[in-house]
Amino acid sequence: MNELMRRLLMLPEQASTIAGPLDRLHYAEFLALNLIALVLGAAGLWFLVRYRRRPGRLATPRFTYPVWLEATFIGGLLAMFLLWFVLGYRQYLGFQVPPGEAVEVYVTAKQWMWKFANAEGPSAVGVMTVPAGRPVKLILTSRDVIHSFYVPDFRIKQDAVPGRYTTVWFEAREPGRHQILCAEYCGTGHSQMPGEVVVLSGRDYDAWLAGERVTGEGDLAAFGQRVAADQGCLGCHTVNGTRGLGPTWRDLYGSTVSLTDGSRVTADEAYLTESMMDPQAKVVAGYPPVMPSYLGILEAPETAALVQFIKSIASEAARAGAPSPTASPGTSGPATSGADGGDR
Amino acid sequence: MWEPTLRFQFEDRAKQAHAARLGMWVFLVSEMLLFGALFALYAAYRTTYPAAFAGATRLTDLTLGTANTYVLVTSSLVVALSLAAARRALGRLAGGLLALALAMGALFLVLKGVEYSAHFREGLYPGTYYRYAGMPDRGAQVFFSLYYLMTGLHALHVLIGMIVLAWLAWLALRGRFGPDGDTPLELGAMYWHFVDIIWLFLWPMFYLIH
Amino acid sequence: MSAEPDYLHATRGLGSWLTTTDHKRIGILFLWTVSAALLLGGVFAILLRLELLTPGRTFVDPMTYNRFFTLHGVIMVWMFMIPSIPTSFGNFMLPIMLGAKDVAFPRLNLASWYVYLAGAAIVLTGMVLGGTDTGWTFYTPYSSKTPADVAPVVLGVFVLGVSTIITGINFIVTTHTLRARGMTWHRMPLFVWSIYATSVIQVLATPVLGMALVLVALDHALALGVFDPAAGGDPILYQHVFWFYSHPAVYIMVLPAFAVISETVCALSHKNPASYRAIAYSSVGIAFVGFLTWGHHMFVSGMSALDVGVFSVLSMLVAIFSAIKVFAWVGTMYRGSIAFRTPMAYVIAFLVLFGVGGMTGVAVATAALDVHWHDTYFIVAHFHFIMVGGTITAFLAGLHYWFPKMFGRLYPERWGLLAAALVFGGFLLTFIPQFLLGNAGMPRRYYEYPERYQALHVLSTGGSWLIGVGLAVTVVYLVWALRYGPPSGDNPWGSKGFEWLAPSPPPPHNFHETPVITHGPHEYFRPEA
Repeated sequence: MNELMRRLLMLPEQASTIAGPLDRLHYAEFLALNLIALVLGAAGLWFLVRYRRRPGRLATPRFTYPVWLEATFIGGLLAMFLLWFVLGYRQYLGFQVPPGEAVEVYVTAKQWMWKFANAEGPSAVGVMTVPAGRPVKLILTSRDVIHSFYVPDFRIKQDAVPGRYTTVWFEAREPGRHQILCAEYCGTGHSQMPGEVVVLSGRDYDAWLAGERVTGEGDLAAFGQRVAADQGCLGCHTVNGTRGLGPTWRDLYGSTVSLTDGSRVTADEAYLTESMMDPQAKVVAGYPPVMPSYLGILEAPETAALVQFIKSIASEAARAGAPSPTASPGTSGPATSGADGGDR
Repeated sequence: MWEPTLRFQFEDRAKQAHAARLGMWVFLVSEMLLFGALFALYAAYRTTYPAAFAGATRLTDLTLGTANTYVLVTSSLVVALSLAAARRALGRLAGGLLALALAMGALFLVLKGVEYSAHFREGLYPGTYYRYAGMPDRGAQVFFSLYYLMTGLHALHVLIGMIVLAWLAWLALRGRFGPDGDTPLELGAMYWHFVDIIWLFLWPMFYLIH
Repeated sequence: MSAEPDYLHATRGLGSWLTTTDHKRIGILFLWTVSAALLLGGVFAILLRLELLTPGRTFVDPMTYNRFFTLHGVIMVWMFMIPSIPTSFGNFMLPIMLGAKDVAFPRLNLASWYVYLAGAAIVLTGMVLGGTDTGWTFYTPYSSKTPADVAPVVLGVFVLGVSTIITGINFIVTTHTLRARGMTWHRMPLFVWSIYATSVIQVLATPVLGMALVLVALDHALALGVFDPAAGGDPILYQHVFWFYSHPAVYIMVLPAFAVISETVCALSHKNPASYRAIAYSSVGIAFVGFLTWGHHMFVSGMSALDVGVFSVLSMLVAIFSAIKVFAWVGTMYRGSIAFRTPMAYVIAFLVLFGVGGMTGVAVATAALDVHWHDTYFIVAHFHFIMVGGTITAFLAGLHYWFPKMFGRLYPERWGLLAAALVFGGFLLTFIPQFLLGNAGMPRRYYEYPERYQALHVLSTGGSWLIGVGLAVTVVYLVWALRYGPPSGDNPWGSKGFEWLAPSPPPPHNFHETPVITHGPHEYFRPEA
């Protein structure tokens, strides 16, 4: 019955402990409301046919309904609505406080990425790793505008609001992967805020906690790659030559870039740094002027590492033909920028 | 004696005057809700930042604020007297009193301007422009946003009220009001009283409640 | 009778229309302008549905798509839904129904139209200059940070609000002071009760929105920071202020629909209403309780659990009033003499669609269920069932019911029924898939979506074309009928609504003799005169 109704209503899988009871309330309301609609619709249809206008039968009787009937309708509906209020509100209260001790994860949203900081373990961008069978409490906030953390499979949703913290909890029933969506409109990349909950079994989760602790500095480009991931650069800029919300970074360094105002610049260190700190100063033709400024957000070493990382992303052909590649994403325009012109 | 015209949609003059008064009341209720949105914001932010709001209240100029309260309340009385004079067909007196009320409205705006410029010198700007070194507090920023928004909106209403009073004074001097017809003056007086009453709320909110 | 020309022919020329203070002509002016707004908003609806045909880019980039849905919302809500029925049919019918010669303040009434034009011009200028991408709700802090230009659209909406308030004041005063001899409150047609309740909400709620919009404009243009957390502001507070207006605004949009349906269902069923008092008082009840339910838009914003409970139970209460009305309308048909003509077809469509919209409203008022549905296509479908299924359907019902009253001509009945079927079928096809999309977890305002949702999106887009065809057909045959429609006579429906006491189309001052009211409206059990 549960499975039939779930598929009929196209609900996603019931991956959290609250999903099952919530869906059952959903079915109950759905069926009750449809029953009322059916009775009302059948009555209306019957009246429409039975009392259709016939020649010579225009006069109608004075007819009003007895008060007891009106009262029964109103009282009955009110009782039913209040019952749903009570049932729904009880479940809602259950959504507020996690049962027992919870794993705490700090969630920071920004345009357009999710950042997860596990109280016990490592931080990550876009991927939240949690154990199955244990409550997980999320403490959410936002760096810029309002976002909303939504996992349809868990039936949870909570706004992430700048300047304040909100909380929500869930308990995943089994290991698996579940999509995170942003449910509060947050701008151009609203539909592209990639996120995933990875639910591990208890043992795998402990291994993950232990293993991921090891972090090294590595060389500057590798550090830059981590910065790019942490700051969400890669949400808009790809490294494989395909077109994102912003220009790709592949073969960008040293190329000639056409700007919105018709001028051209060479993508050197100065240009790249300026584009991070004052993105609206030079906007690449064919792209929306939506990049936020990272002035005051990126530290100097991070900026340097990012530039180094961008320098390192070059195809073989571009490396051979340096310093000025024949075709680069910056000059090829939006229609063909998806095709990797420099890589033959 | 000049008589007001009866518009075709009304049965008699009493109904016409009643309609005008009712319309004015409904309009004033609507106006009240315009300020109401800001009153609600004030209440909410005061709850969020009780200490900052109490502290920031001390930064406004109580003397000038109180003086302005007297100016405005007195001008309301003067407008009420003008209405009484008009009903006794004393057009010149009514017009003179309205001109006096007009002058008091102007005095109110001048005093308000003096207050504003003193605040600007100290860096007490609204919101993100707030620069006052003596009280670097987010709550005070919000307080001064609301201060300028609410007193500014009120000052705008005073200005509109003054234009209305000037027009009414002109009509009164031309003998357009009498025992049979004083509706425009009555409505103008209602509006001026409303402006006055709003100030009677702003005064404690921004000057008195520490 | 007399040779007095009707209001359409009393004076001639464009100038006589642009300077008219006749409530009927102003009603017609509004009818044209809000219809134009409906079509413009509809164009944006078709465009954004087209973009959603494929999971990725179909024909515009995300920035353009975001402008599409914002303009669709802004135009539909403020330029069509809110003014639509009150300013057109309300202006035309309300004074006649009361037995008055005009509204209380005819010049203000004309001013309201010009203010509306000014507001619309500002919004459209903002649209041409690049539009805005905040969604019709202008949520802060996004609305103060977006690179798009927010101010023109916001200020345009502010000006449109002024027009709404002027009309509201006019209707309230007219209802109080210009009722004909013998017209007690309980003899007022049901239409007047609903429009009166609407006007009360307009006057009380609109200024709060106006203030909120001014603050949004200041936050965006001057970075004042009233709602900016960095400057101590609270973005959630904006939502409270916004919904304090915008939830009652839902009733501003739907109470006039109730007004039209109450009239048409009685007239076309040739039957007294099942319960006059239930229908009349529930309008007033909605006007008041509707002010106390705004928080149900914010169940997942981080509001306290107590607030959620209070807003949830109050939302259940306000649903009762609407449910009473639906039962009363269906009950009115019982033992009637029902003429299944175009207005009745729209009444049936209304009852089905508003019924579903209302019931899903009860479902989303259930706090726990709303968590999953909030900001998904389920909500989109729910409020389109209320707004389109309710208000637009009622608007079309009123348009077809009063077309003879306003212009003295009949439209082709078969085309009317065909268009009604297209709009009804197209509507179901557009929005039922959206309920399922919402269930499946598809958030609203998404430019791109996972491929598993595509089949439902294709159905929905197809439905939007059907609605478009239906409305286009309606425009064609109604414009045709304006000129070539056969004369309707004074009362083609045999209606006992008081507006039909006047000739069709009425003379400039409505009645050759001012009527004296001796009984209630909709009393079809009285012997035919």
